[in-house]
Amino acid sequence: MGTSEYKGKASELLNGKDIKIGQSITIHTAVGGYSGLLLPRYELFDDNHIVIKLGNGYNIGIDITKIISIEKNCSELQYSAYINGKFLDSKSESLDEFRVPILDLKDSLPRVALISTGGTIGSKIDYRTGGVTSVMSASDLYLSVPEISKYASVDTEMLLNEYSENLVPDDWTLMANKIIEKINTGIYKGIILSHGTDTMHYTSAALSFALRNTPIPIVLTGAQRSSDRPSSDAALNLIGATRFAVKSEHSGVFVVMHANTSDGLLACHLGTRVRKNHTSSRDAFESINLEPIALIDSDSIKMQSNNMLKLTRRGEGKHSSYETSFDRHVVLLQYYPGFEPTIISDLVKNGCKAIIFEGTGLGHVSRDCFTQLKQAIESGIMIFMTSQCLWGRVNMNVYNTGRDLLGIGIIPLSDMTPETALTKAMWLIANNESSVEIKWKMQENMCNEITYVSPIEIDKK
Amino acid sequence: MTTNKLDINLKVGLEIHQQLATGTKLFCQCRSNEDEEYTLDFSRSLRPAQSELGIIDPAALFESKKIQSFRYLAANRTSCLVEADEEPPHCINREALESALIFSLALNSHIADEIHVMRKIVIDGSNTSGFQRTMLISMGGFVEVNGKRTGVQSICLEEDASKLISDKNSKREFGLDRLGIPLVEIALEPVSITPPEVMQLALGLGRILRASKRVARGIGSIRQDVNISVEDGRVVEIKGVQKLDQLVKVIQYEANRQHGLIIITDKLKNELGIKEIRCDNGIVDVTDILRRSSSRKIIESLKDQSTVYKAFKIEGFAGMLGFEPYEGIRLGKELSQLVRFYGIGGIFHSDELPGYGITKENLDSIERKLAKSSKNDAFIIIGGGLTNVNFAIESLIQRLKAVLEGVPAETRAATPSGETIYIRPRPGSARMYPETDIAPIKVDSLLLDSLRQKIPRPIEEYTNEMISKFGLNKKLAEEIFDSQYLNLFEKIVSSTKISPTFVASKLTEDITNLERQGYDSSLLSDERVLEIFNELDKGRIAKESVPILYEKFMKREINRVEEFESGFETMTERQLEDEIEGILNNHLDAINEKGMNSLGMLMGRTMAMLKGRSDGQKINKILKDKLEQMLALREQ
Repeated sequence: MGTSEYKGKASELLNGKDIKIGQSITIHTAVGGYSGLLLPRYELFDDNHIVIKLGNGYNIGIDITKIISIEKNCSELQYSAYINGKFLDSKSESLDEFRVPILDLKDSLPRVALISTGGTIGSKIDYRTGGVTSVMSASDLYLSVPEISKYASVDTEMLLNEYSENLVPDDWTLMANKIIEKINTGIYKGIILSHGTDTMHYTSAALSFALRNTPIPIVLTGAQRSSDRPSSDAALNLIGATRFAVKSEHSGVFVVMHANTSDGLLACHLGTRVRKNHTSSRDAFESINLEPIALIDSDSIKMQSNNMLKLTRRGEGKHSSYETSFDRHVVLLQYYPGFEPTIISDLVKNGCKAIIFEGTGLGHVSRDCFTQLKQAIESGIMIFMTSQCLWGRVNMNVYNTGRDLLGIGIIPLSDMTPETALTKAMWLIANNESSVEIKWKMQENMCNEITYVSPIEIDKK
Repeated sequence: MTTNKLDINLKVGLEIHQQLATGTKLFCQCRSNEDEEYTLDFSRSLRPAQSELGIIDPAALFESKKIQSFRYLAANRTSCLVEADEEPPHCINREALESALIFSLALNSHIADEIHVMRKIVIDGSNTSGFQRTMLISMGGFVEVNGKRTGVQSICLEEDASKLISDKNSKREFGLDRLGIPLVEIALEPVSITPPEVMQLALGLGRILRASKRVARGIGSIRQDVNISVEDGRVVEIKGVQKLDQLVKVIQYEANRQHGLIIITDKLKNELGIKEIRCDNGIVDVTDILRRSSSRKIIESLKDQSTVYKAFKIEGFAGMLGFEPYEGIRLGKELSQLVRFYGIGGIFHSDELPGYGITKENLDSIERKLAKSSKNDAFIIIGGGLTNVNFAIESLIQRLKAVLEGVPAETRAATPSGETIYIRPRPGSARMYPETDIAPIKVDSLLLDSLRQKIPRPIEEYTNEMISKFGLNKKLAEEIFDSQYLNLFEKIVSSTKISPTFVASKLTEDITNLERQGYDSSLLSDERVLEIFNELDKGRIAKESVPILYEKFMKREINRVEEFESGFETMTERQLEDEIEGILNNHLDAINEKGMNSLGMLMGRTMAMLKGRSDGQKINKILKDKLEQMLALREQ
């Protein structure tokens, strides 16, 4: 503790008595006194209250204008509060300590590398904001889920400590390079990347392209409930990710998360086909336009058969070279009624190299944009079309608008998700010279980001 | 032998949990009623998490060893993603917060300047999140009952837990409807007090809460726990005490048990000179030895290949497991109760052996295997599945090592017969963790000023008002006040012209009578009671019908009053047919003479006989069919 100090008046009061966070103190007010451990103050709240943890475990805030005196206790807590002339013994006094278990590692097990990048999966309380923040390292995570040691011998490394909304394409490069470093040691059966869930599907798509010849599975996982909660989904997700990393017959980039609200079944998704579709539920991640690639229950890993997919078998990847850079000059733009066409020309002025449109329905934007779109394309910008419907395929031959857009030079991206299209364009632009080649490759299926058959029914699990 | 309460400084602290009548839950907008039908289900598991101080709560750790998986049942009406732990909590229910603040003001309790919502780690499955959201509203103050003041320790506002539906084979099922209903917890100071005084105190405190008209009614809407301690012992929390006679027995039992444990400790330390309990030197497998025992129970249990029996010795403990400082209070019994949580029936210990079919020869073999050198040593045998036996031995050793501390801080449950049994270690402060999804709540002094106006008046003022305003006698005024029907009474009296005394007696005596007969009064909703009195007011039903209607609702025979009025009663089809056949047979002459033309006359007779017991149209149809059948047969 002690990450966040008091400010202003509260800080003066505490400094005057040389009182530090974590110390046992007694505060007297007109009605009596409170004893407890001084806790840090959330930075974003006012500086008029001092927060203490009472002997009964409750935290309360005490208004500093009501404080008559404040002092350090010489010994441990003896009582919780002293009010109107009476000591109120804390309701529970057993402070027996139980430490977390120490793991004994078994050498005989397959090895995996667990790389942490932050997110809810490694979160606990943040005294800066009062919310949760990502602070647990990969080894903390590993220690909090000792069951993993049944399946693999895990080497841990903390690469980043960021919520995923703060990640940028350079971080994908950093992650890709770190993973390549691990792959090149040749000792790992698989690699697990713990990640914040908000943009995990962007990272999984980006890594799918950057690491498309990986000989081993790279499994991303995260949590929708933070690891400091007994109900956290982190443990099961980590266990499932570890099992898949060790057992999978295929290499590639995958995301393993809950398949439904129950703790039991996990779904493994292809890195290029997955999307976060719910703000908070455990089963927020879904494969778009196809079923999850595998289902993982407590006993087995069941691969879903899908002959439309090109999966690389473990060890088959030609890991000669990887292209890990991304160019940030790509914009993901959702069209909406009232969309201001000059946004397009402004983007051109600001150095944008490609636009991924999330068009309406089958892939449309209003004819009001035609002029700006033509100008943009004439000035060398590449413009691609995906659909904000997410489910289904773009088809710009059905309506006049679509045909007109095709005529202008907008390139349809079939059933690719908008996020995957964005990362793919960023990656292609960073690693290719010719725009003809980039446009061609955008429409070509490289990492199962496009499937050419639309299943009648998709079991989302 | 009974303990002398003065000698042992017996203290009893009352803790009540009262559901609030807020309509919606504490941290979401779901209805706060209990549901009968569940349409959704899912399964989860929970694991212990560290507190913000980096330690794991002993109660949480204990629970985590027992149960693997929980199944939750829910309905959309009463639960949403918040209860399913799939969505963060919404803002706090202001009405619930106000109620808790009003109670604090009413009990002169000192309200915190800033309220911090905490997570109290509970991983027995009763909360999907693995914690109960709770906040300390105030500390200190007092409640005055019959002129006697009892101190208040703390007042908390918290979420109610899920409803346990079933618990077997390490699989528990819960209903989510109750989860998240706001609950006020008032903990009183432990005091030297007699059991009837505790009940008076509970009643008095309950009256203050009810006078606010902000609390829920019905079974389970108020629950009380008692904390019991003796001199030199630690506080033991007893859950599930319902009635006075049970409370009297529980307090006496706990006084004996806790003092008994202190006597045992004293004897160990001072008579036997034991300074440290040594019991973890070698645990041996005695399965094969017991295979040769003559215990039918053991032999039967060994038919299951996975059953093992293990034994371990406790140095210098001979005689102590069976030692009985008070009747029925033995260390051996405490230990037997402990292992039941691992699905193990109990233990065998050396103080009671040979016996139970375990022979002298068996014992000799066991002692040899244990390398028991001294006749002063005791040993314990325990059998069951391997994992369970190992967990159970671990907790037995832990419990034995704590014997020298006297009374351990525990949570226990009251049995109907007035004893108590072990549930789990007393949760410590390590179970408390800040609820990071909800910002601290600053208590506004202007708000408090306005809430002071809403402090419930003393009960006497209410009863006196009811006496003068409604002409009730004092007894009835108090009865209606103490019943769950005060709000309903006022509603009925204000909306109808029926005599308040009549309404009050129907809401108290009549319902109590039916409850005594074993009917569930929770099946009689406020809406239905209101409907009954409205119909009575309009002259559509007789006064005598009121208790009959209560009974019909509690038996689930009718759903609405109009079903009773229209005379519809659930007579089975078969009964109806039999009745009608009887009537037809009594009028054979008329039928012979008039054929189908006798239908009108027969219908009149039948309706006169079955009036109010079945639907007229149905009677008509059956009668017509039967008559046609009968005439057709005659023609053949």
